[in-house]
Amino acid sequence: MDVLIVDDSAAIRQIVQRAFKLKKLPVGKVLEAGDGLEALESLKSHTVDIIFADINMPHMDGLQFLAAVRAVEKWKAIPIVMITTEGSEHKVREALQLGASGYMRKPFTAEQVKEKLAAVVSFDSGELKSI
Amino acid sequence: MRGFNQEELAVIIKSATWQVFSNTLGFQLAAVDSYRNNGPRFASDGVLSFVGLAGDWAGTGSLSCSARFACRLSSILLMSECSGVNDEVLDTIAEVTRMIVGNVRQALEQELGPIGLSNPTVIYGPNFTSRSAGMLDWTVVRFICEDDEFAVQLFLGPGYGDSGSKLQEPGNVIPVFAAQSYRA
Repeated sequence: MDVLIVDDSAAIRQIVQRAFKLKKLPVGKVLEAGDGLEALESLKSHTVDIIFADINMPHMDGLQFLAAVRAVEKWKAIPIVMITTEGSEHKVREALQLGASGYMRKPFTAEQVKEKLAAVVSFDSGELKSI
Repeated sequence: MRGFNQEELAVIIKSATWQVFSNTLGFQLAAVDSYRNNGPRFASDGVLSFVGLAGDWAGTGSLSCSARFACRLSSILLMSECSGVNDEVLDTIAEVTRMIVGNVRQALEQELGPIGLSNPTVIYGPNFTSRSAGMLDWTVVRFICEDDEFAVQLFLGPGYGDSGSKLQEPGNVIPVFAAQSYRA
């Protein structure tokens, strides 16, 4: 499973990746982007199985990025888990309406990252299948 | 809702910090000591990060460390060289603080009910003084991480009541930080 992590904080991108390792999740290539625009560029040249995207980012925020991804036919089915902070409930609602597959609030644990992955993909003998 | 005494808060802080440093960051830690501090100053220089807790019980969780330790933490987490305290280093300390205080919050909520968490704020500079409005004591736990030291501090008290925006007791206020930085 290849993953795209979109967050303007390098620390958060690394914390998500550490969660993959800690939980021994079958994650292959991990792509990183610092904002929505970078992430869209990355998607043009790479195929990913799931995206973790922060809501609050410069240049193109997570909601704009989500809307842009959902507007492209070949990307419509990619599960997108939004990363939020407390007090962003209205943005979470908007994200879910725009087609987000789920969300997790900072601070999150490795277990929560695993749970979010399990909610949008199924683990089958180390293979991941979109559900 | 019985609240927590200082010893119990220290245990919660130790556990929350160990969880983050050992499990997530892969650091070996030792708690040096814990104590109560009613003075306003808990860092004279270096990096200070704090996260507010709000609800029926309110307070602030804080991490303070040297610039050297902040750089070290950041370079290990981000797997890159750190030549000095920059935005990435401050972001790292902010997120580490958020994780620690998030764990503390999780333990507190079992007794105290829902508690909200603010976004972290980080201060870096030489010779600064910080003060939190209110008269509550801080529970301070000092940790040694190899040859560096850092501290995690918490104060907690009754905050906003269920019924509105009035503080329950005059001395127990939502924390407001004032930080001052000046050259030696």
